[in-house]
Amino acid sequence: MNIWIAVAVTALGCYAVKLAGLLVPAGALERPLVKRLAALLPVALLAALTAQQTFADGHALVLDARAAGLAAAAVALVLRAPFLLVVAAAVLVTAGVRAMGG
Amino acid sequence: MGLSGFAFGVTSAGGGLTLPQTCVLSLLVFTGASQFALVGALAAGGNPFTAAAGAFFLGVRNAFYGLRLSQVLALPRGIRPLAAQWVIDETTAVTLAQPTRRSARIGFTVTGLSLYVLWNLTTFLGALGAKALGDTDAWGLDAAGPAVFLALLAPMLKTTTERAVAALAVLLGLGLLPVLPAGVPVLAAALAAPAVLYLEGRRRADRAQSDADDVREDAHGDMRGDAREEDR
Repeated sequence: MNIWIAVAVTALGCYAVKLAGLLVPAGALERPLVKRLAALLPVALLAALTAQQTFADGHALVLDARAAGLAAAAVALVLRAPFLLVVAAAVLVTAGVRAMGG
Repeated sequence: MGLSGFAFGVTSAGGGLTLPQTCVLSLLVFTGASQFALVGALAAGGNPFTAAAGAFFLGVRNAFYGLRLSQVLALPRGIRPLAAQWVIDETTAVTLAQPTRRSARIGFTVTGLSLYVLWNLTTFLGALGAKALGDTDAWGLDAAGPAVFLALLAPMLKTTTERAVAALAVLLGLGLLPVLPAGVPVLAAALAAPAVLYLEGRRRADRAQSDADDVREDAHGDMRGDAREEDR
């Protein structure tokens, strides 16, 4: 039951913020500062998410096979590989390093 | 996204959610980071509201994507509640990369629809296959999430400003991780954006000020020159 409550609250909340973004009047974006901020916020959030999902284990910071996987993804990105290949590189290298006991 | 949908299904089932719970999450929440955060928090025994709050905070970024998308797409009001569900990292990246409004609308629709179908299908398969896979970390599927984020982030790092924001966000996100509740460090890291904008504004103001000083000095120099000429 608790899980269903969490699922329902998350679904409602996440849909509400998505809709709010689309419904805010366009005039709110006319100011250059707001425009710059709206463009930079995803940069900050994605960077933090990437780092956390690579180096976080609960509340602790760790360096494990995921870091090697992310490095592989970075190399794939520099080589202009398509999206799927980037993700596949990360998954395969992470699995490979773990298989070798990393 | 297909791979990470599979990874989500596996993680969710491994975290103790049932097949319907896992699939309803992907159908109704449809924003990967929030879903991963929710099942992670629930698996760790978190209270349902704390777990949902973490997921919600991660989803707040979609509101900012929506702000940008509503300008680019200029959707009629009646369509917006339908389009809202597809406002996520990937559709935003694709849509904003389009040169015209027409191609932006096509990009948004095609990406949104195909990802929605793919994400839900792979979630279902992942939840079903979780038992068969055994230890999912051995398959490296936990690296799919960060790789997706990095692939979305990379094309955004165009100038020094974006790189500075990303670097500060990484420092905040990792530095605050041990001390703040799950989900909150990412929100705190979002402050990197206004912080860098503020510093950039200060630097520009300083430069304008020193330019003004230079002009004033030149003016003084001219006056001294004029004065000397008058002496002669």
